[in-house]
Amino acid sequence: MVITTYSKEEILEILSAIADPEIPVVSIQEIGMLRDVVVSEDGYEVLLTPTYTGCPAMGIIEADIKAILQEKGIASVKVTLIYSPAWSTDWMSDEAKEKMRKYGIAPPAHSSCGSIFKTEQEVVCPHCSSQDTEMISRFGATACKALYKCNSCKEPFEYFKCH
Amino acid sequence: MAKQDALFKYTLRLGDNALILSQRLSEWCSYAPLIEEDLALTNLSLDMIGRAQALLKYAGEIEGMGKTEDTLAFRRSERQYYNNLLVEQPNGDFAFTMARQLFISAFELYFYSEMEHSKDKTFAAIAAKTLKEVKYHLEHAKDWVIRMGDGTGESHYRIQHAVNELWMYTGELFEMDDVDKDLIEQGIATDLDAIRPLWNKYIGDVLETAALIVPENGYMQTGSRKGIHTEHLGHLLCEMQYLQRAYPDAKW
Repeated sequence: MVITTYSKEEILEILSAIADPEIPVVSIQEIGMLRDVVVSEDGYEVLLTPTYTGCPAMGIIEADIKAILQEKGIASVKVTLIYSPAWSTDWMSDEAKEKMRKYGIAPPAHSSCGSIFKTEQEVVCPHCSSQDTEMISRFGATACKALYKCNSCKEPFEYFKCH
Repeated sequence: MAKQDALFKYTLRLGDNALILSQRLSEWCSYAPLIEEDLALTNLSLDMIGRAQALLKYAGEIEGMGKTEDTLAFRRSERQYYNNLLVEQPNGDFAFTMARQLFISAFELYFYSEMEHSKDKTFAAIAAKTLKEVKYHLEHAKDWVIRMGDGTGESHYRIQHAVNELWMYTGELFEMDDVDKDLIEQGIATDLDAIRPLWNKYIGDVLETAALIVPENGYMQTGSRKGIHTEHLGHLLCEMQYLQRAYPDAKW
């Protein structure tokens, strides 16, 4: 039997230090992947939701979670993937979006994804804030991003797709 | 038919459709006509492998014999696969790949829109997630089909040819057997008769915009519900399963 010495909030606090492997300026909590922690006699169950079903970062994140808790001497950790409710960019805080923009990635344009294909025409350049941007490809280097270029400052950039 | 049995077969069918098309699309990696397209096709492939993983894992749980998603993907032979014939068709040229994608993504859009309301909670959750991804796949395929159809003489000829050649595999998407009927009664499965008119309308509209002719419904290929496939699936599985067949349980 494991003696529970950490509360759910404390575990969440520890885990909030874990960065998204693809976008290291935001944490897995800020991006909305870290959903909950269930504390029981058997240990700690961390509930994670993938951004995209095939997100290859999930394995790394799971390893990160176990490693960071191990450092605190917490060994009985189970990471469970949940699909419901489906992850949405709506869960991202304005603060997280701002960090993303400073990092050079245009954050999801709107809080609601009613019309994905309308929002993707209104992407603002993260470098010069120009609205004169053009989509190069709807699919980018990771599942969650699209490729754009700015017609004002001529810089290419990535856009975090509305989901 | 026992409920578990029907649910197992149905889940395999959905998982296999995602897995096999994912494998097909991955064949484009480093071969696509543009680098952006290379990224796009592998992105689609990645979404589908994620969906296949979730569905096959669930299938293993339903069956209760301790099989994982990997066992189901790598240790079944052709006759034990239930994917639609359309997804196993070779990539052909880029027009073939895009026509196939248009037909399948449009089907999946309507299919998973219904499944989002399934009484089976796992299906409903996977459907909600899948739906967000499929919208992007469909938009991509639609854009290309219109661009090729309404493009040069050569691109128009190629996409019309692809549409004509693949048409005979589209009927099977809507085939239902006892598995479907059982699960529809329980509010779990999607009624394919209900989504067929929506699919027809959508495809008709896109092909019209692309200045393409909708083929007439002639003979339709069939067999996958019983595990009977075209010759192409065997070759695909040979390559996909080689390592796990040669070195069972290999890890690296």
